[in-house]
Amino acid sequence: MKEKIRIASGQGFWGDLITAPYDQVFGGKIDYLIMDYLAEVTMSILQKQKNKNPELGYARDIPELMKTILPECKKRNIKIITNGGGVNPIACAKAVIEIAKNLSIENLKVAVVIGDDIKDRIDEIISEGCYLNNMETDEPITIIKDRILSANVYFGAFPIVEALQQNADIVITGRTTDTGLTLAPMIYEFGWGKNDYDLLAAGTVAGHILECGAQASGGNFLGNWKSIPNLAEIGFPIAEAFPNGEIIITKHENTGGKVSFETVTEQLLYEIGNPKNYITPDCVADFTSIKLEDLGNDRVRVYDVKGFPETEFYKVSCSYSDGYSASATLTYSWPEALTKAKAADEILRKRLEKLKLQFDEIRTEYIGYNACHGPLAKKLNEEDINEIVLRVAVRSKDYYSVERFGKEIAPLILTGPPSVTGFAGGRPKPSEVVAYWPALIPKNLVDYQIKIFEV
Amino acid sequence: MKKIKLIDIAHGRSGDKGDAANIGIIAYDENGYKIIEKYLTAEKVKKHFEGICFGNVERYELPNIRALNFVLHKTLGGGGTVSLKLDAQGKTLAAALLRMELEIE
Repeated sequence: MKEKIRIASGQGFWGDLITAPYDQVFGGKIDYLIMDYLAEVTMSILQKQKNKNPELGYARDIPELMKTILPECKKRNIKIITNGGGVNPIACAKAVIEIAKNLSIENLKVAVVIGDDIKDRIDEIISEGCYLNNMETDEPITIIKDRILSANVYFGAFPIVEALQQNADIVITGRTTDTGLTLAPMIYEFGWGKNDYDLLAAGTVAGHILECGAQASGGNFLGNWKSIPNLAEIGFPIAEAFPNGEIIITKHENTGGKVSFETVTEQLLYEIGNPKNYITPDCVADFTSIKLEDLGNDRVRVYDVKGFPETEFYKVSCSYSDGYSASATLTYSWPEALTKAKAADEILRKRLEKLKLQFDEIRTEYIGYNACHGPLAKKLNEEDINEIVLRVAVRSKDYYSVERFGKEIAPLILTGPPSVTGFAGGRPKPSEVVAYWPALIPKNLVDYQIKIFEV
Repeated sequence: MKKIKLIDIAHGRSGDKGDAANIGIIAYDENGYKIIEKYLTAEKVKKHFEGICFGNVERYELPNIRALNFVLHKTLGGGGTVSLKLDAQGKTLAAALLRMELEIE
């Protein structure tokens, strides 16, 4: 058994620094590169792409990235794990195999985890007596069944572990928990069991720290953010994992950013609910048990994590079509910038009302004044305001109303208050609102499979 | 009684969970944690976010890392892509909470 393994985070979301995975591979020693590409909204976008072209539906950055890192990863036996397979992990694997062939790489094994996509199984699952009730409203899924865009089960670390046991160099999954990507190599390398709850929880905590990329190493840091060195060359976080469940969070030498008690703590608290009850398919981690020790030199030790048995359910995330929205902005300058922006909003609303359009919501925000903090924003003296961006957004089940809103906002330039600018790009087009339907499904109703592609 | 600014003793991070926002607040030292543990109650946070948070506020304690986690329900205008808010994911709400002043003994 290895004494320790180094797992590097290469991507916090689809759209993150394209160079980060490359820098993690070439910047120093690592054993695993993990990349999280999937947010909830990403799944529905990928599903739409797949509907248009059955060869698409995965993070298309992956094949391009492989051209730059695959030969080096193969040479140094760095394994790559990613959920960027989206709704079409098999097509993603085939694209990677093609790249490998073009690079004359031999003996490459790409494993794919499938079975998470239950979009075409909804009726069958309902017939089993599971109504996929909404976790927030408790309504059965039947009420939105005709509008479902994507439906995926969140798998955990164990399908990836199985893929690694089949000697995969690359593991591509669909919807897998972000934390499972990091936990899987620890289970595989150290032989952790399904009942080693404290160890599974420790790896899960490491996964939570790594899942948002540089948000753990100085990015988006709300403490003394000006103290973070060289954000331009920020190093993404690396977890050094040990067989006893101890983790050290660090980053490559000679990179920017910072790994400290403060930066790691901020990430630990990101998007969590009840910290005693951090539920994954692999275990339930108790975040209140976590202890941190700042060792200096960008090294933070994470230890004493406690875990509990997993639940009997997988989480399911469905996305469904729920009407249309559009937003637009106009910029007003001094003098009386805020007063002008408010007057323009009033004029617009009167015109919309007169047209008898139907909106579920019309929302007005004044960027530069209260868009972020609403009623908590500090009152400003009009004389001190240089400019204000008026932002108006609407949402409706009725496409026509949203489209018409787009035609009503532009005329404010010539028919409203003065010193207005910044209306570029034409009329805002209605975009489909994609809503989410979180549900639970008994684990016995879902099966994963591993498929291997080789060159 | 004296007034202290939360931003002087703590930092934090916020994000979304559907229509709920979570705000983690971390004290810079043990003394700061004692202050937020005692004075930064769920009720005070709920009142602070009047007009923004329309649901319950839950508070959780993480003394090992000197932190409190708040979950603010019905806060993000529907959440996800349904929300019309510029800050639909509540990314700036941690900073908004740091605007608070605490009266301490």
